[in-house]
Amino acid sequence: MQQALTTIFCARRILTMNPSRPEATHVAVRDGRILGAGPLDELAGWGPYTLDDRFADKVLMPGFVEGHSHVSEGTFWRYLYLGRFDRMDPDGKIWPGAASVEEVVARLQAADAKLGTVGRGAPGEPLSGWGLDPIYYGERRVSRQDLDQVSTTRAVGVMHASGHIFNVNSCALELAGLLRLGINHPGVPVGDDGLPTGELKGPDAMTLVGRHIGFDREALANDEPGLRRFARLCVRQGVTTATDLANLLPADAVAMMRRVCDEPRFPVRIMSFRRFQGVTPQQAVDHAVDLRDLSTEMLRLGAIKLFVDGSIQGFSARLRWPGYYNGAPNGLWYTPPRPIRELYRLALEQGILVHSHTNGDQATDMALDCLEQALLDEPARDHRFTLQHCQLADSAQFRRMKALGMCVNLFPNHHFYWGDQHYATTVGPERAMRMNACATALSVGVPMAIHSDAPVTPLGPLFTAWCAVNRRTATGRTLGTEERIGVADALRTITLGAAYTLRLDGEIGSIETGKRADFAVLDDDPLEIGAEHVKDVRIWGTVQSGRVFPAGDM
Amino acid sequence: MIGGFLGAGKTTLVNHLLRGAGGLRIAVLVNDFGDLPIDRDLIVGSDGDTLEISGGCVCCSYGSDLMEALLELPRRRPGIDRVLIETSGVALPGMVASAVGLLEAYALDGIVVLADAETVRTQAADVYLGDTITRQLAAADLVILNRCDLVAAEARDETVRWAEGQAPNGRIVPAERAAVPAELMLGLRTHVGVSATGILRTPGGVAASVLYESLEFTLDRAVDVDQVARALAAPEAGVLRAKGCLQDTDGRLAMLQIVGRRFERAEAPVGATPGTLVVLGLRGQLDRACVEHALEER
Repeated sequence: MQQALTTIFCARRILTMNPSRPEATHVAVRDGRILGAGPLDELAGWGPYTLDDRFADKVLMPGFVEGHSHVSEGTFWRYLYLGRFDRMDPDGKIWPGAASVEEVVARLQAADAKLGTVGRGAPGEPLSGWGLDPIYYGERRVSRQDLDQVSTTRAVGVMHASGHIFNVNSCALELAGLLRLGINHPGVPVGDDGLPTGELKGPDAMTLVGRHIGFDREALANDEPGLRRFARLCVRQGVTTATDLANLLPADAVAMMRRVCDEPRFPVRIMSFRRFQGVTPQQAVDHAVDLRDLSTEMLRLGAIKLFVDGSIQGFSARLRWPGYYNGAPNGLWYTPPRPIRELYRLALEQGILVHSHTNGDQATDMALDCLEQALLDEPARDHRFTLQHCQLADSAQFRRMKALGMCVNLFPNHHFYWGDQHYATTVGPERAMRMNACATALSVGVPMAIHSDAPVTPLGPLFTAWCAVNRRTATGRTLGTEERIGVADALRTITLGAAYTLRLDGEIGSIETGKRADFAVLDDDPLEIGAEHVKDVRIWGTVQSGRVFPAGDM
Repeated sequence: MIGGFLGAGKTTLVNHLLRGAGGLRIAVLVNDFGDLPIDRDLIVGSDGDTLEISGGCVCCSYGSDLMEALLELPRRRPGIDRVLIETSGVALPGMVASAVGLLEAYALDGIVVLADAETVRTQAADVYLGDTITRQLAAADLVILNRCDLVAAEARDETVRWAEGQAPNGRIVPAERAAVPAELMLGLRTHVGVSATGILRTPGGVAASVLYESLEFTLDRAVDVDQVARALAAPEAGVLRAKGCLQDTDGRLAMLQIVGRRFERAEAPVGATPGTLVVLGLRGQLDRACVEHALEER
């Protein structure tokens, strides 16, 4: 019988996340799994091997696990990036941030000219951008007149970084039937001329123009090229397992994802959650049970994502007293308590994992209450139900999570991108400093992950770790010194921590015997580079199930 | 727009209306098909997110995307006369209404919010849902206070007064088993020769004519339509709904619709008979003298 091939990689340093052996110099891989990590002479005992020294000057970590992202990050790169900050695309190109509205317009004009000259699109093909964040441009609002400078014959539309707002030109408004007097909707501000300014806030207003500016539903669903782009981004960021949170997972999308993910050179394991929407709790759990059986090594299915409330910056999150700092009315429930309780109960009964989006602290309270009641009916010891975002949780809520066996996946990237707005407008200074209380969660002992919510903020676990370690805002304010965590804790959180919330910590998240050979391959050592620079660690690529993926080849 | 918290009777009401559609082709848009929203005997077919209903009506689920469903509806189902939007239990009908206002193809008729007379005040005190319930009521043109048969008269009156406070722009309509005249919800007709009793089909129980009263007026002269509208929409008139085709003093022929305190005037369609007005209200509350006064020359 032929002996399976063994490869032993040597590295400058291997940070294993295995508490029994935190560091090593070599890791042996066979059949895509780890035989062991340690000194070469120990590993040689597994029999004949090939020594691979290409990582001799690299640092290996367990492949990063992104516990809250959306595959649509890959889809969005088909549009023009117009964000305030530099962002790397799936090809590794860094798109510089746009410093002003004028710069945004100039980039759109250049893209418009290109559409014209190459003759790719007849006039009328929309021009779409994404990542816009006008809060960095002071009081200056983007208007349809700004975008009319790009084109008056082609619909032009740009999605904001938050994903909750579009800015469009007059042509797009006209196509959507909105360039008229008498519009009375909080999401569609009108100018002095009585006509909409071109800013469209919230899903209702956005749906009307989305189809005219290239953001139609069909374009965003079941997007195979987008999935492939997303995977390339994962390699560039050292990610070997990423969540897709959430997806309605119709049969055709599942078939496409299974086919693509199981290709021999597809580099990232995807865990796609079934969104709880438009079905009863029973139907959702039944669907999840069916999906669970369709899981493959590289595509994990059978978990459910639930939305309890909206977003803080959109003022649709449910806050407890005293509510929003600027006095805005309380947000919206996206799901009432009764179906939540029922969903939890049925999912516990079937062993289905449920992750719940809660942003506001009242939404978190409600989710805790619902799970507490569901657990009385259906006691379960190791459910790992996870609160996603859970940005405003206080220490009492973390203690309840601990008591109920919950996990949390916090969103420290918010501090950098919107921390200043949270401080000044949405929740005010004290709660802005408490937001995403990573240190409290760890000290209470709640199993914790941290996330990017890509494409809302860029995919990049090391950047997310940097945010949790430094809590720096875009203007340089440190938002909540006491809630900073150490680099070692942050690194464990983006590997084993996230894996635990996905019930995958027995398979991935650390470099030790029996686990998947998933590594992030780093040029710099995140434990040496200094807490201020964790985000600057250079990423060479990944090893996923023993397959080597240099970022440079993506 | 039909709003209200879970269990308030929205589904029952929708089924009543489908039974009492009287030839109108109604499209019912529901949040989801979770618990089957339509009585089985009314369903004549189903296809994915659409249920075919006897009488040319249809029921579609819109999941999270009502706007998409409304945009698609005219293409998918031409010739629909009325759209009933059943909002989810935690949706704010006022917000949904303003979203519908963005669509040129639709005009909002009214916002009806159902409340359970027995439990609404407890719900309104709920730490999580209280403000959702009160914001729902605050947006209502008509509040159907359902399950009044389950509460004592005194408690009911107290709840009516409470609801009046919560719904300053709404009229309170006590009901049992969500039984209200179809015309209250689907609109009155002025173009058919109606009689006061003939139009009141109240499915599912007590004869409507016992509880409701309708009045019909014929006018052979022009009136100030805006002034008439304001007078009829004022609480003392007791008008829950009105529809009229009136000759305005400015020379135009106006179609006037009133639901609670909401009124809207539009160009009358070609061929409309001028000088007709039908009003509907609760018996004992609809004030004929007040309505007549509103129509008087001044």
